[in-house]
Amino acid sequence: MFLKKVIAASVLAVSAGGAHAACEISGRVNIIGNEFPAIHAVADGAKECSGGEVKANLTADHQKINVAGMTGNPAEYTSAIIANSSIVALMNEDVIRPLDDLVAKHGQSLSPNQLIVVDGKVMAVAFMANAQHLVYRKDILEQAGVETPTTYEEMLEAAKKIREAGLMENPIGGPYKAGWNLAQEFNNMFLGHGGEFFKEGTAEVSINNEKGVAALNMMKALSEYMNPDFLTHDSNATNAEFRAGNVALMHMWGSRAATMTEAEGVTDDVKNGFAIAGPLTVGGGTTPASTLWWDGWTVSKNITDEDAEATFVAMTHGIAPERLNDEMRPLAVWLIDGYEPTEAAQGVYDAIQSETTPYPMLPYMGLLHTALGTELSDFMQGKESAEQALADVEAAYTAAAKEKGFLQ
Amino acid sequence: MKHRTFFWFILPTAAAMLLFIALPIVSVVTQSLHTPHDAVLTVTKNCGPFGCKDTTVIDQEATAALRTAEPLGKFVGLDIYFDRGHLAVAEVAQAWRTSDGLGAFFSQLSNLPFYRAMAFTLTFTFTVTPLMLILGFMIAVAVNTLHRHLKGLVIFFSLLPMIVSPLIGSLVLFWMIDSRGVIGAALQWLFSDPNLSLKASTGLTWVMLIVYGVWHAAPFSFVVFYAGLQTLPQDQLESAQIDGATRWQRTRYVIIPHLMPLVTFVALIQLMDNFRVFEPILGFNSEAHATSLSWFIYNDLGGETRLLSSAATSSVLTILGVAILLAPVLVRTWRDFNAKV
Repeated sequence: MFLKKVIAASVLAVSAGGAHAACEISGRVNIIGNEFPAIHAVADGAKECSGGEVKANLTADHQKINVAGMTGNPAEYTSAIIANSSIVALMNEDVIRPLDDLVAKHGQSLSPNQLIVVDGKVMAVAFMANAQHLVYRKDILEQAGVETPTTYEEMLEAAKKIREAGLMENPIGGPYKAGWNLAQEFNNMFLGHGGEFFKEGTAEVSINNEKGVAALNMMKALSEYMNPDFLTHDSNATNAEFRAGNVALMHMWGSRAATMTEAEGVTDDVKNGFAIAGPLTVGGGTTPASTLWWDGWTVSKNITDEDAEATFVAMTHGIAPERLNDEMRPLAVWLIDGYEPTEAAQGVYDAIQSETTPYPMLPYMGLLHTALGTELSDFMQGKESAEQALADVEAAYTAAAKEKGFLQ
Repeated sequence: MKHRTFFWFILPTAAAMLLFIALPIVSVVTQSLHTPHDAVLTVTKNCGPFGCKDTTVIDQEATAALRTAEPLGKFVGLDIYFDRGHLAVAEVAQAWRTSDGLGAFFSQLSNLPFYRAMAFTLTFTFTVTPLMLILGFMIAVAVNTLHRHLKGLVIFFSLLPMIVSPLIGSLVLFWMIDSRGVIGAALQWLFSDPNLSLKASTGLTWVMLIVYGVWHAAPFSFVVFYAGLQTLPQDQLESAQIDGATRWQRTRYVIIPHLMPLVTFVALIQLMDNFRVFEPILGFNSEAHATSLSWFIYNDLGGETRLLSSAATSSVLTILGVAILLAPVLVRTWRDFNAKV
């Protein structure tokens, strides 16, 4: 017995020591990134490194400052944590460096599917996957006598029954805030209908078609079952609605699934009734009406090679397989070697399994996303037709794309 | 003053104005006349956690060469000013040609971002400015008649809306008028309409923003007018009183004329501030119902792909807008000044 204890203790000590002492850097590290628990965990890991200063600026406004903070020479930020949408802005401005030599030198713990390869060069290292999928209240669905929906049409049916049964007035939730969120919901729905955003191989937009109209009409139909303030609800606000027990069905980010009901004052009904399922399909399609995302880190181009090396080592340490403990594991669907999915990861796993379309990594996609965000709210308020709204989006996008030189 | 003395006296101010006002404006105007070069796109194979795919990317080397050749970008003249995101000349002409009546024309016009933003901004400016002048004056007169022991406390509380930073103030109000907030729920109860939402209706959102604007700006005019009231000509007021003037007549014929230069000053500042309305739009999450030129700039700079030329153009348009708005007041002040001399 005594021997067992000693062995267990020494194994623990060795593994703990191994996890912490492994990171030694000689250079400056400064991280800019979004603010949610999984990214905090990665940045905290990078901060364990000794020998150089490691700073992190994690904020929801990271995209407004990362390009500016990496443009100067030397750049203020040595690493930006980004997603497949936002890496485009960094590549467009040419502020991140290829990582092939650093991967060869320090990247033994990285698995090949973590490497984001553009034109044969490693430009980023992904560490987690994300997707929007269904979260729901199984208790409410049971009371209303409906099955877990797998399509948006079934979601509408279920919402109707819940409302008719008097269980909830507005059973559907969703991040429909005018701007980025609303545009993202359109992207999901448009891809679910089998749409293609651009004419093959060009920057010419093509969303004003029957698929775009169908996508908008479905969003409108869903919004009839939402809190009337839905155009001001981002994912934080929708999450709060779910916690308050006001919502039974919603399409939500996988990265929030683990902490969905983790807050003070959440009732047991909400906690026990909370359940996760894969993303929904729409309009008889087979591709889910959702998008796949990865989050990863990059290394600045405009810094010294020493700082770049230090940054690479620290960030690699931040996502090292041995750091995946009980605290870190449930925070995300990690792409790290040796990760076993937790229950909360089921939705994102289903999204990957059912071949959800990855969010397009195109230089002009951000412009379309912005145009969608500003021009769709009129339709959602019933002020104009779907065709007019889509025509407005196309016109707004075209003006922006001309300015940026994507269209002549 | 000798010319030489005057020169040395004015030099630091002139240098600072040149550096911090004139040069930025020149830079913004320059940028609004240029756009980035035509993007050189190539198709490459990209791989990631979800497999490989042929994707379009920007050819960095070719683009870098273009940039070195012409660092300012492509000169486009007034193209950005006339594009759909700004003055939308072609779209307006089209709407004029195709619409049957003025009503139809204006409804098409309100579908264009610039004119829609102008509709809100001008409504906001021309309702908030007079209302805050009146409210501020009323508070100032009321506080001035208070007992001196009470004055300090009341002044402090009247200034609170201005002390709270605009973004925080609007966020606080935003949560109060939420359909589950104090005011929102009270209104639903009052009108017995469970679906009443201040945030979902454009009209009510405008009212809310205007109420907020008045609430936030009134302390400014109050404090200026209150200071003005301390300089009232007491003998003139007294003689008016002896002549039998009522309180209203004294206010109308003595106090208001005395404060008139201050009214001009406050109106000037407020016209400028209200035309640049921005924080409440952000705080109230009301971009679906109300936008302004300043919000355009924020939106252009905050997207995943930044539109710098567009933001520069919106900035120049803001400057022009403020200049046009202030012109009548400035002309009036100039005339008054000349009349006095």
